[in-house]
Amino acid sequence: MSENLQPLPDYDQAHKRKIREMMQQLGALLGLVGLCVILAFSSEYFMTMDNIMNIARQSAINSLVALGMLLTILTAGIDLSVGSILALSIVTMGIVVVKLGVSPIIGIVVCLGIGAFVGLVNGLLLTKMSLPHPFISTMGTQSVARGLALIITAASPISNFPTEIQFLGGGFIGPVPISFILVIFVYAIFHIVLNYTTVGRHIYAVGGNPEATRLSGINIHNVLLFVYTISGLMAALAGLVLVGRVNSAYPLAGLAYESDAIAAVIIGGASFMGGEGTVWGTLIGAMIMAVVRNGLNLLSVSSEMQTVAIGVVIILAVYVDVLRHKAAKKSKA
Amino acid sequence: MATIGGYFLSLKKICKNFPGVKALDNMDLDIKPGEIHALVGENGAGKSTLIKILTGAYQYDEGEMYCQGNKVCFSNPKDAYTLGIACIYQELSLASNMTVTENIFLGRELRIPGVGLLDYRRMNKIAQQAIDDLGIEVDVRKLVESYSMGYRQMIEIARALVANAKLIIMDEPTSSLSAKEVKVLLEKIHKLKEKGIAVVYISHHLDEVMEVADRVTVLRDGCKIKVMDKQDTDKNNLIQLMVGRALAEKFPKVPAKQGNVALRVEGITIDGILDNISFELRTGEVLGFSGLVGAGRTELARAIFGADKIDSGKIFINEQEVKISSPEDAIHHGMAFLTEDRKGQGLVLMHNIRFNASLSGLKRFCSFGHFINTKAMNAEVDGLIKELQLRPSNPLLTTRLLSGGNQQKVVIAKWLCSRSKIFIFDEPTRGIDVGAKVEVYKLINRLAAEGVAVIVISSELPEVMGISDRILVMHEGRIAAEFSHSEVTPSQIMRAATGGMSNE
Repeated sequence: MSENLQPLPDYDQAHKRKIREMMQQLGALLGLVGLCVILAFSSEYFMTMDNIMNIARQSAINSLVALGMLLTILTAGIDLSVGSILALSIVTMGIVVVKLGVSPIIGIVVCLGIGAFVGLVNGLLLTKMSLPHPFISTMGTQSVARGLALIITAASPISNFPTEIQFLGGGFIGPVPISFILVIFVYAIFHIVLNYTTVGRHIYAVGGNPEATRLSGINIHNVLLFVYTISGLMAALAGLVLVGRVNSAYPLAGLAYESDAIAAVIIGGASFMGGEGTVWGTLIGAMIMAVVRNGLNLLSVSSEMQTVAIGVVIILAVYVDVLRHKAAKKSKA
Repeated sequence: MATIGGYFLSLKKICKNFPGVKALDNMDLDIKPGEIHALVGENGAGKSTLIKILTGAYQYDEGEMYCQGNKVCFSNPKDAYTLGIACIYQELSLASNMTVTENIFLGRELRIPGVGLLDYRRMNKIAQQAIDDLGIEVDVRKLVESYSMGYRQMIEIARALVANAKLIIMDEPTSSLSAKEVKVLLEKIHKLKEKGIAVVYISHHLDEVMEVADRVTVLRDGCKIKVMDKQDTDKNNLIQLMVGRALAEKFPKVPAKQGNVALRVEGITIDGILDNISFELRTGEVLGFSGLVGAGRTELARAIFGADKIDSGKIFINEQEVKISSPEDAIHHGMAFLTEDRKGQGLVLMHNIRFNASLSGLKRFCSFGHFINTKAMNAEVDGLIKELQLRPSNPLLTTRLLSGGNQQKVVIAKWLCSRSKIFIFDEPTRGIDVGAKVEVYKLINRLAAEGVAVIVISSELPEVMGISDRILVMHEGRIAAEFSHSEVTPSQIMRAATGGMSNE
């Protein structure tokens, strides 16, 4: 009987939480829409089909990297090596395809394979070697992968890729860039994986409470291996898109991509403490990043100033989230 | 304003509202200087809210509060602290990576005059003095992590003393202490009383309350039901007042039909922790494990469940030897482990009831490899919620918002959902109120009746005696004695648990 008298629990609360979760994504979405409205008024070019497709294309790479990053952050981890993995994957593909003349299909497999492999190594460092935090293990592989990319290319770029490889990043169906279609497709798959498969549920559980998850009979190590492997794979996939766009694989590709990806995930409402976050939030986060960049370009803001502005956007977005959490807590107390 | 009847603290018609709920309703409370005043009531009766108002963590909406005759309204915990009101919370709030002294002076550090650097000499001296006054052996220069829970409680008390507290609030101070440590704590509380310090003592353990308190206030549904001198009441009377009805049966034990040996353990050893443990458990049997905190009961459960590595020993399930090296293996063999620390190890608190209840059993609902048949899963989980009478019954509610008893039900649902055949309960009713306890006992009965083999680890003697068919008593990593439900007395168990009886 006294159980009923607990101050909070009732249908209303669950309902409120649902609404709050929606608001969280809605908040980011509203931010995106607001941003677009402002830019539409500031620059007449902004709302043109050309520019919108341009944004779709520009956001593709970060969207893909951020998706892998989302998984690691959901488990309360992080992957700092995504940029280097991207570089190592594409230059290896360049060597295999352009220098050795192997078929492009095999080249693509090699590219994705390298990405997944380095990701797996990240996971193994974390689980089998019990490094204390993925911040450390992925920082290590970040340096190793970048170094390897520079060594095998003698620090010079590789160009002249066959059209089969450029297709993903450079191709269009009508006005729509194929890279954007790829993004939507991959996001839909991830949405299903995270919400309707065991491994997806386990990812959320590990981030929320690893010990309870382990004692529920879930092999945490396998979950983490999966997550980091996928993060590496997504970085390599993003690399494929990059190669298609610039028709070049260079060892310094992907520098600082990890920070853009982390920003997209966090702007999209994921919690750094793990366990909370959605793929659609992350997509909105990546779009916001791309729209801000695009808008600043249209307004001819210098690249130095852009760097500052992006930093401010990240801090503001997270601060809004902090305020929202506080408000939610207050209404709970 | 005149002093209110010589009370140190006096609450008049205090009300506190939360959205949709009146947490405190015209609450009166008077604390005399130097008295030990117990607050009892079921979970949700308003105790926590009341404490938070006393300590300034919450502000009351209506009513008046007087401290030494002056009308007060604390806007934050510091206000209360300044007037000499200290609180020792259920979860101790010490930083274990710092020294005892640093903890005692946290936020009130002494500095060397003129220099501004921390004056460790003086702080150590004062801290050690306070510790010595309490009559405990603690070196204040050591790190807190080197001391057990019982000592940490004392360190908290020393901290309150150094802060010159006139009233110390203790919220479930004994929930993580062994029987011996409880005894020491109660002694120290009497010592505080001699110094003229008042203590507000909150506990589910009515035995302790009856032992230590001068006066008892009973709360129910946010109201003060009655305040009594200890002499004028007894345990049954208190329970009756708390729940508003007489509990028909505290331990509704129904012996179930026992079958084959479901679990046999042979010679389990973890160096320095468990020493050659062997026992059998039959289907339909409830096997109780008693012993002091630190006797190795939880460690044994974790070892059997594959959560910790064992050095030697064998485990047989249905008379087949099995290799269990992870919880995954254990669950595969039909085991379930309901940990003592439900919040830390049993539930993913940020997620909802459905998520948690289905976590162990996801595989059962999978088709095409890893795709979850959400419909079937939700139907089963929702059925369990209804069956276990979870309140509230909304499956989408975050488990953080549930009371202890209902959180335990979610954990039970989780294991029912994964079709477990051997249930290991570690302190199944810790922190759960009287009414909900009986429900947990009934569930354990039901499990046994359905042919599940049950292990119950419990530090509460009446509980372990009331619900078990057979009781094993552990002492220092060994099984010290075995008793059957009908023949045992509390003193026999205590003797075995304290090492006073060898296993002849």
